[in-house]
Amino acid sequence: MLDFTILTNNWDMYVEGFKNTLLTSLLALIGSFLFGTLLAVFRIAPIKSLNWIGTIYVEFFRNIPLLIIAFTLYAGFPTLGIELDGFQAGTIALIIYTSAFISEAVRAGILSVHKGQTEAARSSGLTYIETMRYVVLPQAIKIVIPPLGNQFINLVKNSSILSVIAAGELMYQADLISARTYVVFDVYIIVALFYLVITLPLSYGVNYLEKRLAKSN
Amino acid sequence: MNFTGAFTPDHLKFLLEGFLVTLQVASIAIVFSFIIAAVIGIIRYAKIPVLAQILGVLVELIRNLPLLLIIFFIHFALPEVGIKFSIIMSAIIALTIFESAMLSEVIRSGLTSIHKGQIEAGRSSGLSYIQTLWHIVLPQALRRMVPPIVSQFISLLKDTSLAVVISLPELMHNANVINNQPGGDKFVMPIFILVALMYFIVNYTLSIIARRLELKTT
Repeated sequence: MLDFTILTNNWDMYVEGFKNTLLTSLLALIGSFLFGTLLAVFRIAPIKSLNWIGTIYVEFFRNIPLLIIAFTLYAGFPTLGIELDGFQAGTIALIIYTSAFISEAVRAGILSVHKGQTEAARSSGLTYIETMRYVVLPQAIKIVIPPLGNQFINLVKNSSILSVIAAGELMYQADLISARTYVVFDVYIIVALFYLVITLPLSYGVNYLEKRLAKSN
Repeated sequence: MNFTGAFTPDHLKFLLEGFLVTLQVASIAIVFSFIIAAVIGIIRYAKIPVLAQILGVLVELIRNLPLLLIIFFIHFALPEVGIKFSIIMSAIIALTIFESAMLSEVIRSGLTSIHKGQIEAGRSSGLSYIQTLWHIVLPQALRRMVPPIVSQFISLLKDTSLAVVISLPELMHNANVINNQPGGDKFVMPIFILVALMYFIVNYTLSIIARRLELKTT
């Protein structure tokens, strides 16, 4: 049976980790949503050089492990004179990595908005940027929300790799607790429960939204 | 940054050795994952009572946990209850557990994408349910599943880097070994850039293959 005194005795550390996991995931979600949208607009803008920048970014960062980005920021950048702590390096790494995936979701959302909408807006005198901002993006967002939810679940799970660069989130706290109590099994089962508290409700929410969207189409 | 010092033949050979371990572990894990995922996917698709529900809960739990936690758990927590694996076995088992859960969803949605009329037609031509699955549904579903399975293999190659926490001598681990030798701090950036490029070349090639296959099947 699980020894729940592990949980009660180390409650503060678990909560600290829980907070940091949520904080880094939320910051990374906002950051990568903004940056990912910018990349998506780059990829469909009528300017060739911007298309290229967007495509190269997305293809490169989708195809390398998140861990290498985190290590480069945490262990590589100090050799260039740029010092980042574990939390900063980890959060930036999550943003760099997740932006590539979110930009694909946003791009699919934008492309799903009928071309006639853009043409109508452009011929009513709106600039390309105004068309995007007021006509296309507000309609695209509906399609983008479920994949965005999935990316948030991935962020919560992926934030565990921050423990490797000492960022103070759930996995890291679990490592500390287990080093202090000499207990491994129970410590990690409890930390798994903390993750599930975040990810399971999210995954049900995303499922629900996906079903509703499928029905409305 | 010291590129010439970083890219000595010894270092390059050591990195390649690491990459071979990455490829081996990922390949073994994808084969096992596919077999297990196919069984889970079919059981859940056929809605076999009790078993389908239990597997459904397990898949949901595993999919919603970080892979790093699973790797850690298999290698460091299970020995406490008397189950001990070597590093490479722990890595393969953890990756297989995680990817089976992911792949089983791919397989299940591949199966459900086959039109119901196909099953009805098969059944009314006198085939049993299992015969219908085997001869009618599976061959069509498999063709549709190939591109997402290749994508899953790309994820697996990236995820293998997480086995660095149990010191599996794969690419990430070997890169860190080079960087952590005395005076290695000058090599960190060049080595990490090279390692990123190695992952990129293999995964990008695979993603192009996946896209080609997707175009062919649709």
